[in-house]
Amino acid sequence: MSALTSPSTGETLTWSDDDFEPDGRYLLDNSRLLGPIMLMPAVIYIIGLVGVPFALAIAYAFSDVTVGDQSIDWVGLRNFRDVWGNDTFQRALRNSFMFAIVSQVIVIILANMLAMVLSANFHGKRIVRFLVLLPWTTPIALAVIGWLWTLDNVYSPIDAALRELGLLGPGTMFGPGKNMLWLAKPDLAQLSVLTVHVWRTLPLATVILLAGLAAIPQDVKDAADVDGASFWRQFFYIRVPLLIPIMTVAILYGIVFTFTDMTVVYILTRGGPIDNTQVLASWAFFTGVEASNLAHGAAIALFLFPLLVVVALIMLRVAKRAETV
Amino acid sequence: MASVEVREIVKQFGENAPAVDHISLTAQDGEFLVLLGPSGCGKTTLLRMIGGLEPPTSGDVVIGNHVVTHLPPRARRIAMVFQSYALYPHMSVHDNIAFPLRAQGTPKAEQEKRINWAASILGLDGLMKRKPRQLSGGQRQRVALARALVREPSVFLLDEPLSNLDAQRRASARDELQQFQRSIGTTTIYVTHDQVEAMGMGDRIAVLNLGTVRQIGTPQEIYDDPADTFVATFLGSPPMNLVERGTMLHGFRPEHFSPAAWHDAANPFERFSFVPHREEYLGAERLIYGEVGDEKVVARFPATTQLDFSIGHPVEFGVATRHMRYFDAESGVRSYETP
Repeated sequence: MSALTSPSTGETLTWSDDDFEPDGRYLLDNSRLLGPIMLMPAVIYIIGLVGVPFALAIAYAFSDVTVGDQSIDWVGLRNFRDVWGNDTFQRALRNSFMFAIVSQVIVIILANMLAMVLSANFHGKRIVRFLVLLPWTTPIALAVIGWLWTLDNVYSPIDAALRELGLLGPGTMFGPGKNMLWLAKPDLAQLSVLTVHVWRTLPLATVILLAGLAAIPQDVKDAADVDGASFWRQFFYIRVPLLIPIMTVAILYGIVFTFTDMTVVYILTRGGPIDNTQVLASWAFFTGVEASNLAHGAAIALFLFPLLVVVALIMLRVAKRAETV
Repeated sequence: MASVEVREIVKQFGENAPAVDHISLTAQDGEFLVLLGPSGCGKTTLLRMIGGLEPPTSGDVVIGNHVVTHLPPRARRIAMVFQSYALYPHMSVHDNIAFPLRAQGTPKAEQEKRINWAASILGLDGLMKRKPRQLSGGQRQRVALARALVREPSVFLLDEPLSNLDAQRRASARDELQQFQRSIGTTTIYVTHDQVEAMGMGDRIAVLNLGTVRQIGTPQEIYDDPADTFVATFLGSPPMNLVERGTMLHGFRPEHFSPAAWHDAANPFERFSFVPHREEYLGAERLIYGEVGDEKVVARFPATTQLDFSIGHPVEFGVATRHMRYFDAESGVRSYETP
């Protein structure tokens, strides 16, 4: 039994050694117990929604499974050989890389410009920031349906504007037709898909770069000013090198989003015209789900895997370097 | 080399009271001028306006005989060392020092000559390939100085360059920095809130408070003849004692405050009835905290001095009249008449 006189109230406080016995109330204070409990939902989620489907996809890709016959019979690499020999697959593979790389080159240039503008002080900056972010907040499917109308073969408002400006129609720059037929001509359809990807991934890249710009100390920028560096020298020798780690993150995100996306192509062109905008993700869906050949669909989808592994490895390296600095 | 002058310069941020309020002052050619004041007094803003990093609301900056108010920093022939050193983190020491030369388009051979010269003056020879994060605080500071030095600027602007060093390193850096400035003879404006740095390094000190200059003078003038109670209490550690008598504040430094019995009747002195409350022993000296009337005052004695009074008992103290300073109780401004 111990006792103490409370300095505030003058009461006598007593306690016995039993008061310190653990009674289970502090069980969760133990991080070795709390950690796994907190982690469990994420682990279950990832195993259930990523791990199982992925294992299934691998199993399908090496078997002859179809929607009609779901028994998994081993066929070795036959699916991969079949898929590889298909012209549409070859085109989809090229398009996947083309869309991802070209769109991200454009995005990183535009994002740099936008981030620089948005980091400056001007009236209405908040509204402009909000507007720039809007595409990111719109559900992809809805946004692409909006684009579908914007690029419509007959009613496209872009065409209407071009006609008003005297750029479209007989005897004008864009030619005799009354419509551009954005989604019906192969190269314009590809351009349209690219444009939507740029429009969709630009906001995130801009926000990431804005954060990166804000992280460059004002003193360093001031020092460069005093040291006599012109705008372009500061840009290429100070800003870009200091932004490269975070730019890498922005580019990798963009590549993953565009490389794995099928919504844009599926809604906008359904891969057409004549498979000119087909990408791996959409071709896997058309083959595996719409044409019921699950095995081929899985094999096509697995071609996404090597690139995503590389991207993931680079991401992890960047993250690690960011931790050690 | 050049003198630096600001004329009636004002900086106002938004609707607030001006950060710098009609300051005019001149740093002579080759002079080491310290801007001293508490944080928020406007000293860094003033320095940034001289450097061209902050446009003044009104007033002019003159470097040499040129009005440079509307010129960008790179056109002012200045070099600046920042509190954080602001080294370029992705560049080696060599490239950091080379950066201003490359920006100017200095020929390659000339660049290397100047880099080697700056590096040898500042003892950076073995560090040229390192990145800033591999350097100690003192080394970073020397790199920042070397980067400022290679351009052979006409003015050095230093913004609290020693505040990131530990106390020991700071004392030696103070010494190095001052010797360095003496040897190259470049006009230097140095911002600090540390009175020891200001007293030890400055040819002259400008004491700032609330955006205005309270006093400019040599360290001795500032310490011995403060122009007002702000300067009197900002400098000195502990600061000047102020005792209100009538309409005047009677000011005296702790080191001049000693038992009346020690004073020589031949030299006039002013008497104070002192109640010592507490003694603080600081090794080389001891401070006696107490009260005169209701006012808190401090006396300072060398630790070697025998004290013949005891804590808690009133004792008659005195200050030689020539060490007394008087201030108007209301405005705090120095009065040169003896009451």
